[in-house]
Amino acid sequence: MNYLFDGSFQGLLTCVFEAFEFKDVSVRICEEQSYSADMFSQTRTIITNQTKAERIWKGLSKHLKKSEIRSFYSAYLSEDAQAYQAIFNLMVRGFSTSFNLLHDYGDNDVMTLSQTLKKVGREQHRMKAFVRFQKSNDGLYFSMVDPDFNVLPLIIAFFKNRYADQRWMIYDVRRNYGFMYDKTKVFEIQLFEHTQVNLSIALETIELDDSELKYQRLWKQYFKSTNIEARKNTKLHIQHVPKRYWKYLIEKQSL
Amino acid sequence: MERIEEKLKILADAAKYDVSCSSSGSKRKNDGGIGNASQSGICHTYTEDGRCVSLLKILLTNHCIYDCAFCVSRKSNDIQRAAFTVDEVVELTMNFYRRNYIEGLFLSSGIFKNADYTMERLLRIVKKLRLEERYNGYIHLKTIPGASEEMINEAGLYVDRMSINLEMPTEEGLKLMAPEKDHDSVRKPLMHINKQMIAYKGESKLIKHVPKFVPAGQSTQMVIGATAETDFEVMAIAKDFYSNYNLKRVYYSGYIPINNSNSLLPQIGSEPPLIRENRLYQTDWLLRFYNFDLEEILNPNFQKLDLDIDPKLSWALRNPHFFPIDINTADYNAIIRIPGVGRQSAMKIVKARKYGRLHEYQIRKMGIAFNRAKYFMRYADSPFQIGTPSMDVVKGQILQGGNSKYKKILNSAQLQLF
Repeated sequence: MNYLFDGSFQGLLTCVFEAFEFKDVSVRICEEQSYSADMFSQTRTIITNQTKAERIWKGLSKHLKKSEIRSFYSAYLSEDAQAYQAIFNLMVRGFSTSFNLLHDYGDNDVMTLSQTLKKVGREQHRMKAFVRFQKSNDGLYFSMVDPDFNVLPLIIAFFKNRYADQRWMIYDVRRNYGFMYDKTKVFEIQLFEHTQVNLSIALETIELDDSELKYQRLWKQYFKSTNIEARKNTKLHIQHVPKRYWKYLIEKQSL
Repeated sequence: MERIEEKLKILADAAKYDVSCSSSGSKRKNDGGIGNASQSGICHTYTEDGRCVSLLKILLTNHCIYDCAFCVSRKSNDIQRAAFTVDEVVELTMNFYRRNYIEGLFLSSGIFKNADYTMERLLRIVKKLRLEERYNGYIHLKTIPGASEEMINEAGLYVDRMSINLEMPTEEGLKLMAPEKDHDSVRKPLMHINKQMIAYKGESKLIKHVPKFVPAGQSTQMVIGATAETDFEVMAIAKDFYSNYNLKRVYYSGYIPINNSNSLLPQIGSEPPLIRENRLYQTDWLLRFYNFDLEEILNPNFQKLDLDIDPKLSWALRNPHFFPIDINTADYNAIIRIPGVGRQSAMKIVKARKYGRLHEYQIRKMGIAFNRAKYFMRYADSPFQIGTPSMDVVKGQILQGGNSKYKKILNSAQLQLF
């Protein structure tokens, strides 16, 4: 049986609910937009339902610690079909037997979840590290990023706590949405109407503060001076700072 | 180039041989200002030599009254000198921090006039950041040996980590390179701060709002390969500092030749001992996180670490009676001793085996280096074996199959002999 859902987290939770409702077994989870029909399998289109999703969420909180429930959400943000399937399987199996199974690292679904969490966690950590704010002429510290996974929801609390006394914005150009902080609260924003946003063009739309280029230059100078030529190790450098991130790292632009 | 840019160039360059980069260990919160500390630390970028850049690491000045042969800022060295003002350091730190370039400040200094005069300037910067800028990010401050205890105590209330470098692992080595210095002047303040930390911790059990005192603890650094100490000597000193001074980290810094004026030191052009440095760090990790005793890895009969294999594998090859370990029954502490198995994988193994005996296809996915580990462990479907293979054979097979990043360097070094 194939379940088609809209790709939202609530949609995924609704799928879990319906699997019990219809008593379906061996369900394959597919995102509607990437599904291509085949002749032999049965298909059910799952309509996202807030109430059903919330019941599953509540059910999870009866069995699991907050951090464990959160890990399902983090894994979902990988936007990966295999991860969706593993989340679905584990929830269905957990509710029908016991959620103890999450510690069974010999299990395929548990391993997929664990590997996905590792990937998402790495990207989340990278975004905390690689976000580079530029100061605009009206005092907004803004940053445009292009993360591999949809990790912004996982890092805004970090930025809110740390940069509590300055206005900031972090924008995901690949997914065309971002978050803005006005010194009291964080809210979601969408800057561009079309979905494909070019990073360099997006950056040019904001006017910079007079001192911004000076500090960028100082930072590049620091990055250069703190390097030890005799220890040069390009392979290690690229392993830690993969090339795809260079486009928004100030220190990787020429001096 | 603006003057501040020039200063930054000189004073970052002079500070970079201090390898400590960590920004971890502190839980300082943001109370109404800007910044906080991240418990696990964050590396914001990496230099082209692959080292992490977490803190703005600078000297207040590279003027110095001392003449230590291993130091680029020594009095007799003919280099450009510069000094930041208090305001310049504060401005740089704040503007870098607000742009998320850094986790905080690492501030050190050459000694100008005397120890107290230098320490007083450093203290002024730290206080200005905390009190005027309301900055709660990470601060790592070098303790200036010889500064008054009152000043050191005050600094401890504002910073997250303090450190003093041992520089040369042995007293004789230090005497040779820096006749004006001795190990005692390092040990004394390290011990003093440690005692203060313990006192504050004791108080916080009794009284609720005891101020933080050096919450991320202390560290030190030894230069490796400048003088002729063995790995056993180096690690014995590290062990002493970990257990008796409660240090959070000991750093090992492969000596990078910076001048040819001292014939006792390696000359410019000789390669820094990077592999050895790596092996020392691996040993350090085994001692701190894998419950190894120093004597198991290094002892009077085995004073030098192997360069071609890591210290855990080296220990395993010398102790075949410990193996094979059955991962389906063995204790966690035994599993982490298998070469190629780390702490996280060991944890997964211990959790997963409750659900059934583990097979090769399962442990392969847990992130272990299976091709190295397989010689030392048994699992549900391990191949049947008659007798145990000789450890020389195992080493050969591992080296042949493995793809060590050091293979090329070590091989070419060997060829040069002929």
